[in-house]
Amino acid sequence: MVIDTRVCQKYAPCEDCIHACHHLHNVPQIPYKKHEVKWIWKDEFEHAFPDTAHEYANEVLHGREFLLLCNHCEHPPCVRVCPTQATFKREDGIVMMDMHRCIGCRFCMAACPYGSRSFNWRDPRPFIKNPNPRYPTRMKGVVEKCTFCTERLAEGKLPACAEACKHGAIVVGDLADPNSEINKILREHFTLRRKVHLGTGPSVFYII
Amino acid sequence: MHDAGKVIPGIIAFVLFVTVPFWTNFGKAAPKPQPEIPKEYKKCVESKEFMRREHMKLLRKWRFDVVRNNMRIYINSEGKPINMSLQNECLRCHSSKKKFCDVCHDYVAAHPYCWNCHIPPEERKGWATKEVKSLTEEASSEQPASHH
Repeated sequence: MVIDTRVCQKYAPCEDCIHACHHLHNVPQIPYKKHEVKWIWKDEFEHAFPDTAHEYANEVLHGREFLLLCNHCEHPPCVRVCPTQATFKREDGIVMMDMHRCIGCRFCMAACPYGSRSFNWRDPRPFIKNPNPRYPTRMKGVVEKCTFCTERLAEGKLPACAEACKHGAIVVGDLADPNSEINKILREHFTLRRKVHLGTGPSVFYII
Repeated sequence: MHDAGKVIPGIIAFVLFVTVPFWTNFGKAAPKPQPEIPKEYKKCVESKEFMRREHMKLLRKWRFDVVRNNMRIYINSEGKPINMSLQNECLRCHSSKKKFCDVCHDYVAAHPYCWNCHIPPEERKGWATKEVKSLTEEASSEQPASHH
């Protein structure tokens, strides 16, 4: 996935992708920050790229908001630590959650350097205003995160965030295919990935 | 035996007391559960007998195939493709969890945890009944100690 942060800045404070994702996947809106559940959210440059940010950084980066989500890493640390294999890497590279197996130990949350995982401290259902009846909710005591819309990919649709973005800031494609649109974009633009030095191989790229 | 006159009637009284539920229900059969079968659909995924005996194994296989193997189509014994989904496929015909699933599960005291996450048809309208403000206060008052 490539996110063009210039487009996001131009149309700020647009949150269409976040709303689409959270509605579709029945993500609860819990106002109490410590119980918050999120699949895709925004943060500033210093928090998204703490190893790249410095006090003399380009002014453009101040005030620009970066969309953050699960990076579907090439070497996902969450998968290595999961004692029940509830989270696993699919053959196509998507880091998937099997909610049936999650025992809520939260090892994955400790392992993930991107804060992409949320724990259900309480029953999420009272916080889902307008549930999508075609997708399940989660229960108290499990960890959840972005699944790259596996249920939509199976139907030949794009992930909800990419489809919801009417400005085309989010592009999804096959990194393994050298002729894919996404590889073309990556060749033509300067992009950043989050915390690359950790060796997780994040698969979400940011055009600066 | 010492005190046989007290011990033996005592044992008899104890046995009678412990088996009270058996005596009170003696000769009365609990009514057989009658799950409501959808009228407008004639056929389930497989035959009625198979579904009655194996539905839990079938659902477990479906869940494994869909979540872990990314296989979403089940081919039944007649060769008909079926979308593997409890919430979107099974409940499309079985439009009531209370009148179908719960009838037998309650009878045999089985408590599958499907509905902790999957949304039964009865609850499609949602649960956000309380005011957000009161929920916030509630949440902040019962935060676990591990937060600090």
